[in-house]
Amino acid sequence: MDILETLKTLWTGSGFYSFMVDGGWKNLVMIAVACVLLFLGIKKKFEPLLLVGIAFGCLLVNLSYFGPDSSDALYHPDLWTNFLNPEHADYHSYGAILAHGGLLDILYIGVKAGIYPSLIFMGVGAMTDFGPLISNPKSLLLGAAAQMGVFLAFFGATLLGFNGNEAASIGIIGGADGPTAIFLTTKLAPNLLGPIAIAAYSYMALIPMIQPPLMRLLTTEKERQVKMEQTRVVSKTEKIIFPIIVAMFVILLLPSTAPLIGCLMLGNLWRECGVTERLSDTVQNALMNIVTVFLGISVGATTAANSFLNLQTLFIIVLGLTAFCFSTIGGLLVGKLMYVVTGGKINPLIGSAGVSAVPMAARVAQMEGQKANPSNFLLMHAMGPNVAGVIGSAIAAGFLLAVFK
Amino acid sequence: MMNTLSIAVAAAQEPRMLPLGEAAATAVFGYCVVFFGLVILMTVLYITGSIFKSMDEKAKNASKAAETPVKSAPAAETKAEQPKAPGSAGHVKLHDVPDREAAMLMAIVADKMQKPINELHFISIKEVKD
Repeated sequence: MDILETLKTLWTGSGFYSFMVDGGWKNLVMIAVACVLLFLGIKKKFEPLLLVGIAFGCLLVNLSYFGPDSSDALYHPDLWTNFLNPEHADYHSYGAILAHGGLLDILYIGVKAGIYPSLIFMGVGAMTDFGPLISNPKSLLLGAAAQMGVFLAFFGATLLGFNGNEAASIGIIGGADGPTAIFLTTKLAPNLLGPIAIAAYSYMALIPMIQPPLMRLLTTEKERQVKMEQTRVVSKTEKIIFPIIVAMFVILLLPSTAPLIGCLMLGNLWRECGVTERLSDTVQNALMNIVTVFLGISVGATTAANSFLNLQTLFIIVLGLTAFCFSTIGGLLVGKLMYVVTGGKINPLIGSAGVSAVPMAARVAQMEGQKANPSNFLLMHAMGPNVAGVIGSAIAAGFLLAVFK
Repeated sequence: MMNTLSIAVAAAQEPRMLPLGEAAATAVFGYCVVFFGLVILMTVLYITGSIFKSMDEKAKNASKAAETPVKSAPAAETKAEQPKAPGSAGHVKLHDVPDREAAMLMAIVADKMQKPINELHFISIKEVKD
């Protein structure tokens, strides 16, 4: 054995060597980004359940993938480029991914096939009490209004030169709903999945910082002090019928929403029907945790330096923030309108909860309401628009999917 | 607007740049579709809600009518319904429990469950006597 030659082979095959050739510095930058995301997730507790996994996936891919020659990489962006290329022999071939892919390529199949986001929605459904929405159906208007950012960001992305599919995927960040953003992006613009997922989850985590200034800017002290009347108690039967009705109406209206709305409502039916506690418990806990593990790490893997470090990512970050802000504004404006129409019975702050981000956005509305009036309890009132936002963003995604798929 | 949408759908096979007018029309139309879908859902919820409310009222009236002879029975222990606390998360009924003790019990339960008290719905608190 030629020791020198072996040492040379080991050196040139190492990641340290790769950092120094052919744009390897970009991987170093992405490793730094991953460390920042880990810091935000662990120390600042920004959506830690997902952000830690995403950040570590980002770290793993940028430690192991330096270009198409990286045969030992955990994730191979070039395999997925071939998968999406109609002229390539491996077009839509999961077999090629299984044969040549790394661990994260295989886990990513669940994202690509839209399985993980739908299963997450099932868990969300099983964890969500739709009672506040059922007792106050007007909340749905706030959930609809808060999708304004989706469509403004879509238009903004078109202005910045993104094609229709990409603009739709960027716009859905404004829905403040991570699984929906991932679901739509994998269908329309999988090349942008990394930056869009990171923008969506980062901004969701930053809601307590993004929303309050807008809430104070757009509402008066008097409006924020409004104490809302307690809503009626919803019967068990209504709660059981609700997921069935929503699934029927929304899926009939927009069949493309079926995976998301279907899973959301199935999860909720398991929760409410009272005879499937075991399933409800499994979906809420074990399944949700398992899918979160796979989703986080495989989404993080899409942030390979070559595809992530570009001007497009910067645009997506800016457009995502714009989308979040305008969704909040949309909800607040319709909240103000409802305040006027009802003669001051509705606190417009609950409109800001119309962006999904359950339950963070509702908590922010509660905190702002209590700052203005310490005896104010808006949480349950804000939960109505909050869960309406989940349905609203799924409908927005369904519309964009129907138009651009 | 439908024309614009159909153009977008027809051309959706290949990702392409959208003219700004078409993008604006798609955005406005999409926002309207979201509103339309949720307004329909709202209407359905109001209808089902009113059906359930009327069913509840009927059931309450029926139970009140059934309770009347029971109330007149000498063995039945009757008590005026407790007033509901304003601004509380729910309508808790207290049976032989002072307000102060009930508040403490609710606080303890919230603390043990690690849940904000206004997210919990207490239905009734009753002292169990041996």
